Amino acid sequence: MERYKAMTQAIATQPKSSSATFTKLVSKEGGHEYDLLPINICEHTFAPLEVQYDYDAIRRQVSRESIAAGPNSIWRYRPFLPVATDNVIDVGTGMTPLVRSTRLARRLGLKNLYIKNDAVNMPTLSFKDRVVSVALTRARELGFTTVSCASTGNLANSTAAIAAHAGLECCVFIPSDLEAGKILGTLVYNPTVIAVKGNYDQVNRLCSEVANTKGWGFVNINLRPYYSEGSKTLAFEVAEQLGWKLPDHIVAPIASGSLYTKICKGFQEFVKVGLVEDKPVRYSGAQAEGCSPVAQAFKEGRDFVTPVKPNTIAKSIAIGNPADGIYALEQARKTNGHIESVTDPEIIAGMKLLAETEGIFTETAGGTTIAVLKKLAEAGKIDPEETTVVYITGNGLKTQEAIQGYIGEPLTIDAKLDSFERAWERAQTLDRVDWQQVLV
Amino acid sequence: MAVKVLVPTPLQKFTNNEATIEASGGNITELIDALETSFPGIKSKICDESGKPRRFINFYVNSEDIRFMDNENTALSDGDEVSIVPAVAGG
Repeated sequence: MERYKAMTQAIATQPKSSSATFTKLVSKEGGHEYDLLPINICEHTFAPLEVQYDYDAIRRQVSRESIAAGPNSIWRYRPFLPVATDNVIDVGTGMTPLVRSTRLARRLGLKNLYIKNDAVNMPTLSFKDRVVSVALTRARELGFTTVSCASTGNLANSTAAIAAHAGLECCVFIPSDLEAGKILGTLVYNPTVIAVKGNYDQVNRLCSEVANTKGWGFVNINLRPYYSEGSKTLAFEVAEQLGWKLPDHIVAPIASGSLYTKICKGFQEFVKVGLVEDKPVRYSGAQAEGCSPVAQAFKEGRDFVTPVKPNTIAKSIAIGNPADGIYALEQARKTNGHIESVTDPEIIAGMKLLAETEGIFTETAGGTTIAVLKKLAEAGKIDPEETTVVYITGNGLKTQEAIQGYIGEPLTIDAKLDSFERAWERAQTLDRVDWQQVLV
Repeated sequence: MAVKVLVPTPLQKFTNNEATIEASGGNITELIDALETSFPGIKSKICDESGKPRRFINFYVNSEDIRFMDNENTALSDGDEVSIVPAVAGG
């Protein structure tokens, strides 16, 4: 502990708000309490640490009106987030559309389906901008000048971009086989990018070792208790956008399990401070079959998660050793939800289905979530009348390799009217889907 | 077998704040016992009451998770690098 204190002695004091609502870090196993330092592990049980709040203080500070009058970003929920400063890093993250689905809903036989579209979250087009905005604001107030992360791509994009905006030094670690769009979308912000020969779990393990030796703020290691709280805003926004109501059922991707469990924490916090009425919410989770340690444990009735070696196109959720896997399992079972997995071809079909029915181009993680939504709907595991929210967490432009070759080609013609007429005629001769299949 | 052990921050108070130490053992179980001899008290942090590594502790031998090998019976050779990583982060 002395070591951590020494690390933070150089903290340049930021202007602090007198309204800080977070009080301590608490171990998820054993309940040991810790000061609000850059630490993520309980010294007694080695379990993850979680931020605890003074909910009476939050209740005194917030109302539906005060939130609605706040910034058009995640910072409208600042009392629920673990930052003490008023000088937050606000890059317009959050308040993404909650789309009422008609065409996808009809296709799946659902009557009350909504899509939370973080494929258009700012600034880097994934939900990671939420967690990184919180983590870097906290990093800055803890005195860090260099930030880092272990990433499957989206987190690297986000950390590099928001660090650039905030003027923080940045070094990110990624698996060397990431999609080109994710590598380019990180390099452009000019961080140091370390591409590790190995999968995400190996990158993550290496970063834990680096974090022991460098005085850096690793957003998903020593800052993880603060960072992960940013995912709660996915719950807050949905509740507000539904007219201050909770949904009946949510379907979200599971990688480490953090987002999935924090959505639950977010809804519960809104209930706790009286912003919404309590009601049961079912939580269902989506994994790719090529990396489905949580779905396998769910299926087999286990209360522990056995690590796997990932082998799927859904790289952004390919975490073989998920930190919050056991908590995700517990949550699904307790709420009568389901955790399902889908194959790579089903993931591609999920991406196409969402694009063709709703005009949303998501990446492989979103394809996984839509494919699981479809699987659950077809199996009768979603009541058609339920208000169901499906979370789309990333943008398809970043993972173009995944669907190239499965969506047909343009009909190339000469710049002449008769060329167009011939092409148009050809396009009409087959059903569009058949036509695509012919081209594939 | 002389191996290099990477010690996570929460355990470094037992190792005089050293992040890397030398130790020996034919497998992970023996290594943990050897660590206890050199750094009394460390075993009770790593293992639960039954003597097994706690569920949030991960062992890697030359970057490979021992759960993909022979768990605590994973054999060690001279020069191996054993990394102890608590509560994987990520996500």
